[in-house]
Amino acid sequence: MAKFNKKKDGGLPPVNTAALPDIVFMLLFFFMVATVMRENTLKIANILPLANQVEKLDKKNPISYIYIGKPSDNYASKFGTEARIQLNDDFADVSEIVPFINQERAALREELVPFITVSLKVDKKSNMGIVGDVKQELRKANALKINYTTGTGDVSANAE
Amino acid sequence: MAKRAAPEVNAGSMADIAFLLLIFFLVTTTIPKDSGISRKLPPIDDSETEPPIIRQKNIFTVSLNNNDQLLVEDNLMEIKDLRAAAIEFLDNNGDGTCSFCKGKRDPASSDNPTDKAVISLKNERQTSYAAYISVQNELVAAYNELRNRRALEIGAQKGFPNMNFIEMQAKHDDVRWGGNKTKLKEVIEQIQLEIPQKLSEVQ
Repeated sequence: MAKFNKKKDGGLPPVNTAALPDIVFMLLFFFMVATVMRENTLKIANILPLANQVEKLDKKNPISYIYIGKPSDNYASKFGTEARIQLNDDFADVSEIVPFINQERAALREELVPFITVSLKVDKKSNMGIVGDVKQELRKANALKINYTTGTGDVSANAE
Repeated sequence: MAKRAAPEVNAGSMADIAFLLLIFFLVTTTIPKDSGISRKLPPIDDSETEPPIIRQKNIFTVSLNNNDQLLVEDNLMEIKDLRAAAIEFLDNNGDGTCSFCKGKRDPASSDNPTDKAVISLKNERQTSYAAYISVQNELVAAYNELRNRRALEIGAQKGFPNMNFIEMQAKHDDVRWGGNKTKLKEVIEQIQLEIPQKLSEVQ
């Protein structure tokens, strides 16, 4: 009888977990491939000018980004080499700024709406013409707090 | 036949998996470097009211032409000289009402920085953005320099010695700073009121 008892005491054999890393890897790879980092893929050249009297942009307040610059090489054949505006993920016309700001406002909690700040990320080689047009549109949209986002450094490097 | 306990899952490789995920997110995350020159645009004014008349001597005209050349008060100027010229204009104290100014009191230049002196900035459509930002930066620097000087004067009286304006603002925003924030805010607001950034852009 003793022989039979001994066999029962062993219980279930442990589950083989050797394949667990493979399964997790498979999941990880799936998510890596399927995830698109939609943090504004830039379609334009965007080298910011430098300034040294900068203030940090307050992250507590909502920030909308407007990018301006000349289309990067992949898009140059289609959109030319003149500086263009990019809102979210696509090229936009000056007239689309007012709807864009209203859309950004609609997505915010009501108490934050007056604090919306527009960050202008403008390529240093662009002209003031387009920037002036954008500023005029922002006035129309009544989004008056703006920030010329720049790198930190001495202005003398801007001349090149 | 006793009830058998469920066998334990081997969690030895959990750490490896966690590390892998951590490294993945570390690599894909970009820390945005968002700092810049903050400006407030003027609201669109539909009313037909006449703008207040500002005397020519109280306006410091800065213009940038299509070739990024800088014209200050009708003289060609290098960008490195702009800061000093702006400070001289703001600090002039022509009517003697500004108690903290150390300027020349030239009757042909601005009256006082508190409510008279205005800097007017004009640019053309072909002006490059880099030049525009450089000019904006120098003008902000001129204001900051005057404010720093004033902060050292007031700060010593109000209990914030050896602290310039930039440091005061940084301390005010710093959560870990243990000093008296309401008092510091009063000092900051007083300086902002005494030396306001009056920068107008010509459309």
